Amino acid sequence: MTTLAKPEADPVPSNGDAFLSVRDLKVQFATEDGVVNAVNGLSFDLERGQTLGIVGESGSGKSVTNLTILGLHNMRKTTVSGDILLDGEQLVGASDHELSKLRGNKMAMVFQDSLAALSPYYTVGRQIAEPFMKHTGANKREAHDRAVEMLERVGIPQAKTRANDYPHHFSGGMRQRAMIAMALVNDPQLLIADEPTTALDVTVQAQILDLLKDLQQQTGTAIIFITHDLGVIANVADEVLVMYAGRCVEKGTMRQILKESQHPYGWGLLSSIPHLSADVDVPLMPIPGSPPSLLNPPSGCAFHPRCAFRDQVPDDRCVTDRPVLDLANGHFSACHLTPAQKQSIFTEQIQPRLG
Amino acid sequence: MLRFLTRRALGAIVILICISIITYIAFFAIVPDPARLSCGAKNCTPQMLEQIRINLGFNKSIPVQYWDYMHGIFFGRNFPAFGHCVAPCFGYSFADQEPVWTLIKSDYPTTLTLAVMGALMFLVIGVGLGMISAWKPGSTFDRIASSLSLIGQSTQIYFIGPLLIVLFVVDLGWLSRGSDPTWSTNPVGSITGMLLPAFTMSVIFWSNYSRQVRSLMLEQLSEDHIRAARAKGMSKTYVFMRYALRGAMGPIVTIFGIDLGAVFGGAIITEYTFSLHGLGTLAVSSVNASDLPMEMGVMLFSAASIVIFNVIVDASYALIDPRIRLA
Repeated sequence: MTTLAKPEADPVPSNGDAFLSVRDLKVQFATEDGVVNAVNGLSFDLERGQTLGIVGESGSGKSVTNLTILGLHNMRKTTVSGDILLDGEQLVGASDHELSKLRGNKMAMVFQDSLAALSPYYTVGRQIAEPFMKHTGANKREAHDRAVEMLERVGIPQAKTRANDYPHHFSGGMRQRAMIAMALVNDPQLLIADEPTTALDVTVQAQILDLLKDLQQQTGTAIIFITHDLGVIANVADEVLVMYAGRCVEKGTMRQILKESQHPYGWGLLSSIPHLSADVDVPLMPIPGSPPSLLNPPSGCAFHPRCAFRDQVPDDRCVTDRPVLDLANGHFSACHLTPAQKQSIFTEQIQPRLG
Repeated sequence: MLRFLTRRALGAIVILICISIITYIAFFAIVPDPARLSCGAKNCTPQMLEQIRINLGFNKSIPVQYWDYMHGIFFGRNFPAFGHCVAPCFGYSFADQEPVWTLIKSDYPTTLTLAVMGALMFLVIGVGLGMISAWKPGSTFDRIASSLSLIGQSTQIYFIGPLLIVLFVVDLGWLSRGSDPTWSTNPVGSITGMLLPAFTMSVIFWSNYSRQVRSLMLEQLSEDHIRAARAKGMSKTYVFMRYALRGAMGPIVTIFGIDLGAVFGGAIITEYTFSLHGLGTLAVSSVNASDLPMEMGVMLFSAASIVIFNVIVDASYALIDPRIRLA
């Protein structure tokens, strides 16, 4: 692949007519301290019925990407360039009016904190009914019936009476179910789930993930699943995209990323997961340092200040050149290490730690 | 809701009893021998003094007097000099021997009209300005409104009142100088006559409300549930009016409840500025004349108004925020 021809854009294998196709997406925020490059040349595709997991630390641009798809930024302070094609329709530069016809209808979002994301002032039923009325023109009665039906579908017992409760009457898991019902009320074809299980305890987490998978099988919805939890990713994702400092640094199938990661950052993520079966005396290996400032990102590879393997790349190229996303040992990664080096580091140093 | 209201009503009664006791004690602390005042400096014989004491009940101990007074409010009372005074009996003014109840009945509408109209004006103007500012923060309108707020907050009724009279009455001739309302005979004139005083009073209040509403709305607009509502496809206007405004209303109602006392205080100063005859004028003259029954009447009436409006405000808070209803 001739990756150097268009250095800013990440090469992508498909021809761009996928259900959701993001091309060279750049999102910049104007702040008092300067311009923040929150997303910097991101490209990916997603087909119906598939789940794309996006992984990364806080501030890596994963949430920004998805809010951009929905067009929910304050547009006066945000510059967006590139393409977002949903079913062939261009979303970058679309008017708020056009986007609001798609939001909650063709594309919907599930938020992380269900207590904060549901209004305390209206009943759960009303909040589910609202987008149904807006997008289908149904009257209050029909919309209420639909809300009850949705609550039943996401497994809330006594949905009829619970629909008239307020969010603070619900438990955390129930609220998250209600929020999923709210997102799915118009049978969206794209569902963006922004850390939907992070605020829940582990048993409830598993229930919510199962629910999402069931609903996806019934409706064929495409799901973007944002999380920093690789355990969750292993459960839900078909493909995984690892983001760092606003860019994609690694992309492949779930199995490729979790079982044979080819990027030092991916290795770092894998090594910092505690394993139940691991020896309790072996300490976890966190990634040293903290995520870079997007106001003033490091030169070359944004990960180089935290990378343990940059000495193995000659001429300090990690500091001077930004590596492009390239095929190495089966999937895409952006790193100056040669495929042979990656393979040997992974098998000799990383894999033994993962047990 | 019923339990909530009964509890608040009981609390209100306790507050009113406390206020009446404090007013009574404060009066006798300042005026140890009120009969002498009533008698006058000249030609006051010991017999006259004694007669006044018997007539007005000063020969009894203070707790007994207080009990007689409170009893009179609910069941009426007999005065040796005036005969039977039917409930609600607030006694007779020392100054002009008129029944207190009659005077309050004639002057209370002015204060109440002023307070209610003024409050409605500053709530509508303040909340409206705050909302427009929050719609586009940093806009020209927002900046002008903020500067106006600062001026409004740093001014006084007795300063801005004459200024507005010169502008609207003398120069433009749009409004009348202000007149006491007569609701039974002339309801329209009652409102128009109060426009200028009520507006004057509202000026010092709405600046605070527009600032509060602006910041509360902006705070609400940055909340997750606003973003979630937008993600459902709800329009910016809808989210602004139904979600953000709803969230801002709770704190605004709380602030309004705290301000009620100030609203009545403002009404009293405004009456004075516009030479109207309301409770304020009555209060000042009765304190100057050491007129205990009048003072008690005005105190209890203002306090009761504030307390009752407070209960209404609290009840509306529970309507606005469903999370309060449990408590």
